[in-house]
Amino acid sequence: MDSAQLLERESFVEKGARERVRRLLDANSMRELLDPFERLRSPWLAMQDIVTQADDGVVIARGTIDGVSVVIAAIEPAFQGGSMGEVGGAKIAGALELALEDARTGTPVVPVLLLETGGVRLQEANCGLAAIAEIHAAIVALRDYVPVIGVITGPVGCFGGMSIAAGLCSQLIVTREARLGLNGPQVIEQEAGVDEFDSRDRPLIWGLTGGEQREATGFVETRCDDDSAALAAAVAEAVKAPPGPLARTQSIDRSLGRLAAIDPSKRMEPADVRDVFAAQR
Amino acid sequence: MTDAAQTARRARGATWLAALTDERARVEGYPASVQVVDAALGERAARYIAVVADADNRFVRARGGEVGLLEGWTLARAVTDAIAADAKRADKRAIVAVIDVPSQAYGRTEEAFGIHQALAAAAESYASAREAGHPVIGLIVGKAMSGAFLAHGYQANRLIALDDAGVQVHAMGKQAAARITQRSVEGVEKLAETITPMAYDIASFAKLGLLFARLGVDDADAPTADDIESVRACLSQALADIGDSRDLSSRLNADGRSASVTVRERLRAQWTG
Amino acid sequence: MQTLSLDYPAGAPAACRALAGVVGSGDLEVLLEPGEAGRSTVAINTSVDGVNEIWTAVIDRIFADDSQPAVALEINDFGATPAVVRLRIAQALEIAHTAGARTDG
Repeated sequence: MDSAQLLERESFVEKGARERVRRLLDANSMRELLDPFERLRSPWLAMQDIVTQADDGVVIARGTIDGVSVVIAAIEPAFQGGSMGEVGGAKIAGALELALEDARTGTPVVPVLLLETGGVRLQEANCGLAAIAEIHAAIVALRDYVPVIGVITGPVGCFGGMSIAAGLCSQLIVTREARLGLNGPQVIEQEAGVDEFDSRDRPLIWGLTGGEQREATGFVETRCDDDSAALAAAVAEAVKAPPGPLARTQSIDRSLGRLAAIDPSKRMEPADVRDVFAAQR
Repeated sequence: MTDAAQTARRARGATWLAALTDERARVEGYPASVQVVDAALGERAARYIAVVADADNRFVRARGGEVGLLEGWTLARAVTDAIAADAKRADKRAIVAVIDVPSQAYGRTEEAFGIHQALAAAAESYASAREAGHPVIGLIVGKAMSGAFLAHGYQANRLIALDDAGVQVHAMGKQAAARITQRSVEGVEKLAETITPMAYDIASFAKLGLLFARLGVDDADAPTADDIESVRACLSQALADIGDSRDLSSRLNADGRSASVTVRERLRAQWTG
Repeated sequence: MQTLSLDYPAGAPAACRALAGVVGSGDLEVLLEPGEAGRSTVAINTSVDGVNEIWTAVIDRIFADDSQPAVALEINDFGATPAVVRLRIAQALEIAHTAGARTDG
């Protein structure tokens, strides 16, 4: 991309959740559900004297993308690191469950999940975790009927129980800035020591869990520049895909074979990991 | 806690798996950290699965019973094997996840090779089994923590927990939770007294309305004959309660998670606009 | 967390609702709804203690003109500076004055 293109490029990463939704949907098709004026806040944060956001950090909106009926769930990265609380989690799970009902009665709506989250909100621990399990259940059931699209762009990335949700999506669209991993770098360093994982080593973190590496190793399907037009186009194409089984979760034997072939006592660098995946293609 | 007590507590998954299946031989072909036994549950065929500690696990970060790369994909293998074997049967075997998992595995190799995807494969297999008509029951005999629980047990139709101090459900261990919320462990425990979802004990977890049953036993580390009978009876009751249902809707209780119920009601009211 | 309620004389109710900002570090969320005729109300929840005087000063200035449309504001603040507070409130007021159905954030 030359400098003229860079200047014209409209960053998606810098947009808040609501703006992202608006950008992806066809003009004038956006209808937000349970908007902030409904004031469905976190009861648990209020009990801990923590200022709540009126939509609990999740935007749910129906609309169309290139004429295809969709429901978008967008997590707001700025509020509590995009962490999943009871209300936000229920908004996503509930929207997916309603989409499933529609799919079963013949009026499918394609879910698009903008996953910008560190995982469970610790201040709501078991409520967040339970909601994430319900999200997993709904995604698996929906995939028989419609593709379930996940988008991870950064700045937060997608971690914790929601990285498992990402792993269940039919298609994942990411940027280079995005990260997708189960455990955050600090937690790994705390549990396993700095020699195992240095949480300040940014090249290592992106090298192992960033969008480019995840694309090279088959954990995500599509990578775009941080360019709203490109991302919108990728999502528009993705929502038109047919439903079907997910190679990423169903390649069990290949995945077990890969694990048997590596030497886990050897410290892997990103290039080593890419070699392992390339060798198995 | 003494070393012996710790070891006993750590072995709960294996202990209960053996106890409930009358020490039947494990199904071959799975690594030592994932024990799979086919045995009856009352009148019904069932597959029992536990993730257990393996001191010789090639993956060093998963030697203590954590769910790592190998365990995630193996769970997916064990459950999808059962689905395939019963594909043409009307009466699908039950699947019992015997749960004592302290966490997911934390490590560089784990992240590099996509542990999130391994756990997704496991979660998907349990969900697919449930959707296909296999009654899935999660039996929590020890720890059921975060990603490990999401992968092994949280997709069950019904959840049963032993009523015991060693039984804990949570998203993160106390030490780590304390660091991240910038409190002491005592501070985290104090908070948990009034904030039900932050509590670690099973009585608090039960208040959220997610459990089918919470079962007192004489000895959770070394179950007596009475303990085994009472858990078996509870598993059978869970089976009957599941009937033909295939979703997680039994977890939604206004008493336990009123906001979760309200959000869904309001979404439904606004869905068609 | 601290709460603060303020009110001011105002004109006719604003034309519509509006939204600005998020409850992120150094930011705030502003929910704006049409107020009762003649009166604007501002309810503030802030994560920062001991800043009631600063808030009062900032909001007093914004609502000094009593001919402005009457609004009911709810503010959820996570440590924004007065400049950011003014920005977010201005964004919300602009949407309400332009009488569009669009929300911002």
